[in-house]
Parts: sequence; structure tokens; C-alpha cells
Amino acid sequence: MTSFRLPTGGLIDRTRPISFTFDGEALTGVAGDSLSSALMANGRLLMGRSFKYHRPRGPVTAGSSEPNALMKIGEGGRQEVNTRATMVELYEGLVAKSQNRWPSLNFDLGAINSLGSAFFVAGFYYKTFMWPKSLWEKVYEPIIRRAAGLGHASYLPDPDRYERSYGHCDVLVIGSGPAGLMAALAAARTGARVIIADEHARLGGSLLNEREEIDGTDGLSWADTIIAELAANPDVTIMPRTTVFGWFDDNVFGAVERVNKHVAVPPAHEPVERYWKIHARRAILCAGAEERPIVFGGNDVPGVMQASAARTYVNRYGVAPGKACLVFTNNNAGYRTARDMIAVGIQVKAVLDSRRDAPDIDAFGAPVVKGAVVTAVDGRKQVAGAAFMRGNGHEHAHCDFVAMSGGYSPIVHLACHRGLKPQWNEKFACFLPPDNGPALTVAGSAAGVFALSYCLADGAEKGRKAAADAGFKSRATAVPKACDEARYDVTPMWWVKESTAKAFVDFQNDVTSKDIPLAAREGYKDVEHTKRYTTTGMATDQGKLSNINAIGILAAATGKSIPEVGTTTFRPFYTPVSFGAFAGPFRGHHFQPVRKTPMHDWADEMGADWMEAGLWMRASFFRKNGEKDWLATATREVLTARHKVAVSDVSTLGKIDIQGPDAGEFLNRLYCNGFAQLEVGKARYGLMLREDGVVMDDGTSSRLSRDHFFMTTTTANATKVMSHMEFCHQVLWPELDVQYVSVTEQWAQMAVAGPFARATLQKFVNENISDAAFPYLAAREITILGGVPARLFRISFSGELAYELSVPADYGDAVIRLVMHAGAEFGIEPYGIEALSIMRIEKGHVAGGEINGNTTAADLGLGRMMSTKKDYIGRMMVMREGMTRTDREVVVGLKPVNSGDRMRSGSHLLKLGDPVKLENDQGYITSVAYSPMLGEWVSLALLKRGRERLGKRLQVYDGLRNIHMQVEVTDPCFYDKEHAKLHANPPHKAPTVEKFAALIRKPATDLVALTRRSPLEKTLKHGRFGAGDGAPGVHLALRYPLSILTVIALKGKTKDVAAAVNGWLTADLPNPGFSSTGKGVSMHWCGADQWFFITAGKPEGAFYREARERFEGLASVSDQSHGRVVISLSGPKARNVISKGTSVDLHPRVFGSGVSAMTQMAHVGVNLVQVGPDSFELSLFRGFAETFWEWLTEMSEEFGYEVR
Amino acid sequence: MRITCPYCGLRPFEEYTYLGDASKNRPTSNDPSTMEAWYDYLYLRDNPRGRMKEYWQHSSGCRSWLVVDRNTDTHEIFAVEAARDFIRRRKA
Repeated sequence: MTSFRLPTGGLIDRTRPISFTFDGEALTGVAGDSLSSALMANGRLLMGRSFKYHRPRGPVTAGSSEPNALMKIGEGGRQEVNTRATMVELYEGLVAKSQNRWPSLNFDLGAINSLGSAFFVAGFYYKTFMWPKSLWEKVYEPIIRRAAGLGHASYLPDPDRYERSYGHCDVLVIGSGPAGLMAALAAARTGARVIIADEHARLGGSLLNEREEIDGTDGLSWADTIIAELAANPDVTIMPRTTVFGWFDDNVFGAVERVNKHVAVPPAHEPVERYWKIHARRAILCAGAEERPIVFGGNDVPGVMQASAARTYVNRYGVAPGKACLVFTNNNAGYRTARDMIAVGIQVKAVLDSRRDAPDIDAFGAPVVKGAVVTAVDGRKQVAGAAFMRGNGHEHAHCDFVAMSGGYSPIVHLACHRGLKPQWNEKFACFLPPDNGPALTVAGSAAGVFALSYCLADGAEKGRKAAADAGFKSRATAVPKACDEARYDVTPMWWVKESTAKAFVDFQNDVTSKDIPLAAREGYKDVEHTKRYTTTGMATDQGKLSNINAIGILAAATGKSIPEVGTTTFRPFYTPVSFGAFAGPFRGHHFQPVRKTPMHDWADEMGADWMEAGLWMRASFFRKNGEKDWLATATREVLTARHKVAVSDVSTLGKIDIQGPDAGEFLNRLYCNGFAQLEVGKARYGLMLREDGVVMDDGTSSRLSRDHFFMTTTTANATKVMSHMEFCHQVLWPELDVQYVSVTEQWAQMAVAGPFARATLQKFVNENISDAAFPYLAAREITILGGVPARLFRISFSGELAYELSVPADYGDAVIRLVMHAGAEFGIEPYGIEALSIMRIEKGHVAGGEINGNTTAADLGLGRMMSTKKDYIGRMMVMREGMTRTDREVVVGLKPVNSGDRMRSGSHLLKLGDPVKLENDQGYITSVAYSPMLGEWVSLALLKRGRERLGKRLQVYDGLRNIHMQVEVTDPCFYDKEHAKLHANPPHKAPTVEKFAALIRKPATDLVALTRRSPLEKTLKHGRFGAGDGAPGVHLALRYPLSILTVIALKGKTKDVAAAVNGWLTADLPNPGFSSTGKGVSMHWCGADQWFFITAGKPEGAFYREARERFEGLASVSDQSHGRVVISLSGPKARNVISKGTSVDLHPRVFGSGVSAMTQMAHVGVNLVQVGPDSFELSLFRGFAETFWEWLTEMSEEFGYEVR
Repeated sequence: MRITCPYCGLRPFEEYTYLGDASKNRPTSNDPSTMEAWYDYLYLRDNPRGRMKEYWQHSSGCRSWLVVDRNTDTHEIFAVEAARDFIRRRKA
């Protein structure tokens, strides 16, 4: 034991030594220490250097408002800067380093700044470094940033794991001191769900730090009995090491739980921090009060600290800040410091009370000097004594620490986060929290209730009231007895005018008592301006200690009252929150969900180069050995499609199943061209406009039967189009009897293009697809090989003879391998979106570059598509003058005058000879490609009066890439202008389907069998994983294969559907938010008049056909068996895992068996259903299956999980 | 901010997508003489500070379009209704 460690007392275990290092020096503390208490026990009061003057600094506090003892904790990627040593729990192997010093904490060259401190006054930087301006960025700023600053962040990746979670309660209690414990107890006893959070490892608040007696026992033992009762209540959640940092709209609170900040390395499977969003019906802020420092000369010398901090070091940590102490106070609370110091044998030289008329209070034998103020402190790195004045007399005392008490400020921050300002209270010289109504009340000293017995009563009453407000019948909770000391009484003293040395207002920002009047003199009189000019109240402590003193000084300097000056704005965060906590698990690979098509693994095997398209992963191109760049590869792929046959995965296109008696009319109103008259079995290219007449999206829609359409959208606009349709139907045309649902994930879709496309497909398509039987724009349901249902569309984006083949997604992998097999004799190869893009540019087909949110159908050369015979979205506004102007930019083709010159998209077009000026702008290039068929670069452009300028020459200007060249305006279609290739019919000998099937027996027997492949085929591993080796907390399983349908009632037919379900499944159709089961079929509500029907064990398509028959004329049915995956999750910790993903409250009182919720988890839309007491099912789009599974298993790890 | 979906219950605003003013009716005529009404429908917005009816979609939930009666200043929500019911009432 060092001489600073007291022989007894405190909440520490002297028998458990803990080794740590500080600036490389090996030191020892004990279990229960904070880093600052352990350093103090080792005689280290010097813990940091100040921001501007590099002055030696020690801890001022023992808690979360610490401005001085900021350190780097940890090493490598775990290193965290600006950490308050007062809040760090000591652990074995802790590595701490001081900051803002060079070469060492003890000898810091930066301290030379102190010599020039006369110049470093408020606004110094603004005044000094203004001129010359050119030096700002390159010279001044880097120097200032290096000299004045806090710790430097590590560039290494953080190896630890972070999580998010959602919490729900009736009553949230923030802080667990006497008021908080009573509030939680009173609320919990009503049966309300309570969360009590505290930033410390142990509950108790001030009871941990003070010597108090409650109900005849010591305060801490009393607290333990309360905590035991709370812990035994299953509806109470105790959250230690959790800082509630913000209060947001609708009583949502942000909190960060430091799960494993008190150990060197978090245990395997556990996060280091967890970010909580807590939804509280009522909240009670019991954050306590902060003791203000006093602004006097030398008040920053290590050893000058809050009187309450001195008591905490002595009482909680069993460590003495020194041997002889001077207490300096302006209120009654300072006297108890004398009591506690004397009790452990520390000499109290005097209690200096600034109040001349202070009441007579027991100082436990220490001399009391009334009307005295400290004017200067001796010592630089440690207090050696202090000079003080009594009246006009100067006196001096030898001491090695000073305990100061400038009065108490209620910690009102959270109560002010939603806009209301705190109210000044003259009697207690402090700001009290504003009245926020019942949603958030404040209890205990945070509400200005300073005496212990009143705090207990206040907590009990506010706890009872909050629970009653939340609907829980209240029973009065007996308030324990406590012995109060002398009434709290304070006479404010904002600074000691007689100070002879620098008196600091804000320690962290080195703001002195002179800086604030200076700022006021220079015109920065508003409190918000003063704050920014002097930096008072900025940086990591946000002025927790300094703001009120600063306001007092500003009031005096401007001749205003304190309420007139007011406070600066309180904003989240109460204390700093790490970026890791906010990012949670969503970083790196999981930054956003990854959406994969059913053919992803196949494409990967083929050597795909991936690119992101929204959340989707799409193959750009498939490189072969020896190809020098992507262009060579894409060129080869184009030539293969143009001369042979090639296949591309286009599953990412949005696909929407549209059914119902008014389906045709619905499409007619959505598209600008007609669809009502489309023949069954035909596809048509459609153009959708926005209501303002601008083109929104394009795609093909096919009519599968009179009342059944299949729409495709572009990949990029799939979500937008779906939302648009829902708006149009629900808001504009609710009279239409139409049902539609996204089936993007149900269908794996591939484009097979090239002269041998038909020859390839005919090998395994059972139906006749000859040109006569299956002409251009044919669209039909077909079967392949053994009878797998599929859809075939004869449409072409490439301009070749081409088909799009849709198969149920789980067959996608097998079918694309089958296509490759069937096309092998023709030289088939896969192609990616680069080749796809080149081919569409060669054909002059518009895409994203041209459909850019500014262009009309006419601009795109598609003006004739706009019907004049019907109403549709955008029809009216496209008639506006500006939309029909003849000088609009329209789509044209461009070819370089010097064949081989390369154009770049984004380049601007000007007339030959015109100077490069905005006024001369004629348009710009939208899409560029090297055309393998033409052997040169070609482009599409938007050009003013473009169609009148065919054959004209223009200049191309690109200032960014310094391109200046000449081009000739052409028709946008560069290749096969007659579109003859759509009907290519090269001779070949086609085997029959049976013969082909027989031929491919080896090596691909499973190709013929066409087995389903689950989206988790590669990812899911069976076994027990995660923490522990006992019974797992969570069981996970994939329910597979399943038959899944979306059933949507026809307009006004909900009751008939319910009757049909009664007859068919002898079960009730579930109401909104519920699910039900009958004859092995589970029905989950999933939207207005919309349900998932799920069952196992039926052959492919059988359940779909059965349901269609049952619901004929009553409901539309879409097969989703391949589009969704269902994961079951059960076990005692299942709720905890799910709560990391969704804000839906899973408490049995709210959720429960038979509840079905549509929500999102980990940024993925899910249908969450409770199927048993601790048993849930999650269903989601198959494309997210892998990414979601990875998240789900990671979230389950801490509980141990088993996959069956 | 949280919105009570009439079907799904109380959910955080992250599950919703905002569209805007729900006070306008789409004109039914395509006659060029009604252009003013179309401008009004498409472009003219009051943007009040205070209470207003707005379209929101429960896009990450049941996908219903809703009409939310909300104070844009305080974020207090007075009523939420499925848009299809709101429209039906307005048309009646």
C-alpha cells in the first residue's frame, strides 16, 4: 500500500492487486479502482496537459464531467483517445497514456505556450492568423492543430464488435442514486416495466461516494436491498455501465452500454459496446447534481478538485488525495468534506467560506474562516499551499490539495434536449429543469431537491406518478428515513476578483476569468457568441463544470441578470459516444445488406467481376485468361452474343405480379402507352411517366391471362415503381380492383441472346418455340425438362434474337448451368452488364443515362408512345410549353470525325467554331461505348434540336479531362438499323428435349433432375456455435423447402376469402397483425387484405394451383415459394436476439403467440411471427438470406446458438 | 418520432417514407383549360408551421399509404388513417 492508499474503507478489494501502465511505467491498483483513483493511490496527481497552454493538470472530478484527466486507453486498433480516467474501471493490463504533451507529461515543451499566454487570449487565433490568407490552410492550421489538441485517433481498424438493440419500458429511470432507486422501486411495484440505467458499474449514485445513513443502516446496504428487489422482478431491467445520452421525439432515448470497456479484451462472442434506442412511455431523470468549481487563481494546479470528488476518492476508492487539505466553499455542503477528510486522518487546514455571514456549521474541529477567498495556489505540478484573503488581510496555508465547492448545478441536460430551456432559481443559485409535462419528469437533486430524505420521497412520488400515468395502478411506497444535514444554502461567487494568478473558468479549453469579459468587450455578448469566441463549454466535457460560472461572469461583464443571459443550447450527447457504437454491426462487409441473385455462386465460378447496383451484386464482365482489360473482355462478350449465343443474369430487374379484373386498366393508367388491349401471351415495352410528365422508368409487361400481368422494371427503380403503384392505387384510384405484389425474388431471370439462342433453349423447353409458334414479343408460361414451370419472353435489349427466361429462383442456379450446357456446342459464354450496356448503345436503346429525370418521352425519341386516347400519369403536364419546346435536347447518336477518337460521357457539345461558353452549350454526351461491331467509339447524347442536325458536325468539350474533338451527329441506332437480327434463324440440327436430356447425363445428372438450391446452401452450417458449451440460448433453423403464397383479397371480397379459408383449412383468416394455422397451413397477415400462406411437404406448384382454385374470383394468388426464406428462431434468448434488429416490442404483454408483424431487421424487411412461447419465425426476401444469416448468427453468438 | 400505423401499431419513423401534403386532389380532367388546377395539385404547397395532413407510406412494414395529421413544429401526431379510407371519405 502506498501512503496515499488509506488502510481501510472504500468499495475496493485491497487483496486483489491489478497491474497497469501509465506512460509506460508499471503501476498497481486494486479491484474497484478507477484509473484516476489508482493513479492517485500511486501518488500521480499529474494526469494531463491542458489544451492551449499545456499546463499540468490533475483530476478535478471523480466522474463523467472530468475535463482534465483525459487519456489514451488501450493499444492498436483498440486505442481510444480523450477517455476520462475518472470513468475508466481499472483492469488487469490496462495501458494508459497521457495526451497533448511532448516529449513527456512531466517535461512538456509545449508548456512554453504558457509564457506567451498574454497573447493567447480569447479570439487569439482569429486575430493572429488572418493574414495572409494563403497561409491558412497550409501553414497555420496544421501547426495549430498539432499544438493545440487532444489525443490522436488510431488509424488501425477496431477489432471489437459493436451492437445495436431496442429497449421498451413503461418507465425509464435515468440514474440510480437515492431518487432513482426509489423511483424505480415505486414504479416497479405497480407492475410497470421499468428500465433503470446508470453510467457506473454499480448502482447507487451518490450513495457510493458519500457517508449516508438510510433507515438506520448505511446508505449502500440500503441500496443493495432495493437493487435486490429490482433484480428479482422480471419486468425490471437493470442497465449498469449505460449512459443515457439523449432524449428524442416521442420519448425515445439513446443510450450506450459499455458492455466490455472494463476489460482489456472483450470475451469472445461479446460486443464491446451496445447502442440502445429505448422507447419509454414515461421517463424520470434522476441524474443528480454537479458540484461547480470555484474560479480562483491557480484553481487548475493538480490537487485542486471538487470537494465532492475529494470525498469520492476517500469514501469510495479508499485513497487520499493528499495529507493536508484546504476546503474552499460558498455553501453548506463544503463542510461535510471536512468531516469525511478528518474521519480518515487527513488534516484539514481550514474551511474557507466565502460567505461573511455564513451560518455556523459543524466543521468537525477544522478551523472555519468566514468571508475568505483563495487568491493563488502554490506549486505547478502539485499543490504546495494556497494564499487566501480575509477582508483585506492576506494569509497563507500549507496544504497539498484544495477541495472546492462552488455550489451545485442540477444535471438538467436530458430534460433540455427537446428545446425547452432550464429555469434560473435564485435561492439555490442554479438552473432547474424545465417542465416537460408527464413524458419526462425530474426527481431528486437533478430537480433541485438537495436533502437526502426529500430526494428519497421525491423519487418515490415521481416513480409512482410515472407508472400511474402509464396506466399502472399505484400503491404508495414507504419512504425510508434519512438524517439530513444542515439545509443546503449557497451564496454564488462566480469568480474571485482578488485572484493574483490565472483563474480558469473552463479547464478543458483553457478559458480564464479574463477571457469572458474580453469577449464581451469585443462585442460577443450573447451567450452563444461568447461560447464560440472563447470556446467555453466546447470539447468533450461540453462545459459541464464551466458553463454556469461562465454565465455568471458574462452576466457581470454585461450588466445583465443570469436569466437574461440564459444558457447555451443543450444538445445530445450528454457524454461522448464512440463512432463504433453508432455504426453497430453495420460496417465493412455489412455496411449495407448485400443482395445476391440465385445465380451468384455460378457467376462467381465463371470468374465474374462484381459491381454494386443498389444493394444487388451484379456481374460486370467475366474475364478470361490473357485479356488485358475489362474492355477486351466486354468486347469478346459482345461478339459472342452478336455471332453465337450468350447468357446474362438479369434477375435484379424489378418484377411485379399484377392480377385482378382491373389489372389491364391499372397498367393503362400507369404507362403512357396502351396496355388494356394487349393480347394474352404477348409482351410490350412500356414507358412510365411521373406526374410532371418526365419519364420515370421503362420495362416490359406481359399479359399471362386476361386478368394477370407480369411487369418488369429497371433494377434501379424497382422500389420506386412499386411505391408509385401503391400510391396510385391506394390514393388515386382506390376504385380499381387490382392486386399486385413484388415477385422480384421469386423468379431467377436470364437473358439468352444471339443467333443460336433459340437453338439453345429449344433443347430443354418442352413447348415449340419456333419463330412461327413463338414470335417476337411472345410471352408465355412454359415448362422445362421434367416439368419445372417457367416463363419465357421473346424480348431483346441487345437487338439479337433473344429471350428472357424466368424460372423459380431456387432453380436458377441449375437452369443457368443447363443453358450453358445446351449452348456449349454454339460457343455460349456468359456476359455481364458492361457487354449489355455496349449492345444497347449500339442499338440506340435508352437507359439510365438518358432517362435521367429531365427527359420526356419525346426527348428520348419515344414521343409516339404517348397515347392520346386515355388518361395516364403525366399526360397533362407533358403538354406544358416547356415540355414541348422545339429546341429541347433530344437523344441522338454521335460518331467521332477522326475514327477511333474516344468520347467520354458528360462532355459538352458546341457548334463548330463557337467559343467554350455556357451560352453556347448545345447538349452533352450521356452514354459512351466502344462498339465492337463498328470498330470505333460511339455515343448517345442529348442535343438541342438534335433530330434536325443529323449529319452535322459539332465540337466536344470536356474541361475536366481536357478533351477537345469533333463528332458527327447520327441516328442513335448504330447497328442493324433494320432490326433483322431479332429474327435470326441460323441453320442447326436441334436434338429433341428427350435426346438432349439423355446426352447430358454426365457430368451433370442433377441438371436434368433440376433440384432446388436454397439461398443458404453455402452459408448455413449445422452445429453448436458461440459462447459457452451448455444449452444454447438460441436455436436457429432454416425451414426448407416450403410452399409460400401471397394471397390478396379482391376488392370487397375479404369476408368471402375468410369463408373460403374456413371451409378449406377449418381455420380463421387472421386479422391485421396476427397469424393462424389450419391443416398444416400457416397464414400470416402481411398487409391490408393480404396474407402469406405457408405450408411444407407439397410438390412444386401444387399448393399454388390448389389455392388459385380455392380463391377463384375471391383473391389473387402469387407464388413466393422461392422468393422468401423462412428462418425459425427459438429458445430463452430468442427475444434478445430479435430485439437487436427490430424496434417491435416483443414483451409477452404486447407481442405473443399468433402475432405477425411486418417490420425491418438489420435493414432488411421481414415478416416476424411468434409461433410459440419462445419461438419465432422470420421470413424475408431470398436475396438477403446470406447477409441476414450472417448478422443473425453474430447477434446470437453471445448466448450460444445451435443450428439444426 | 414514431407513427402509429393503423394496421401495425406504433413504429419508428425509420420504417416510413414521407411524401408530403395530402390536402390536394388529383384533377380529373385532361382539358388544357384545367392546367391551373394541375399546377396547384402538383406544385403549390403551403408548408405550414403547425398542423398539417401528410402522406406517409409504411414502406418497411405493411406498405400502406397513410394520412398522418401532424404538427410539423412539435412533431405531435393527432391522427393516422389509411389513405384509402381517407380518400374514400373525401370522395364521398
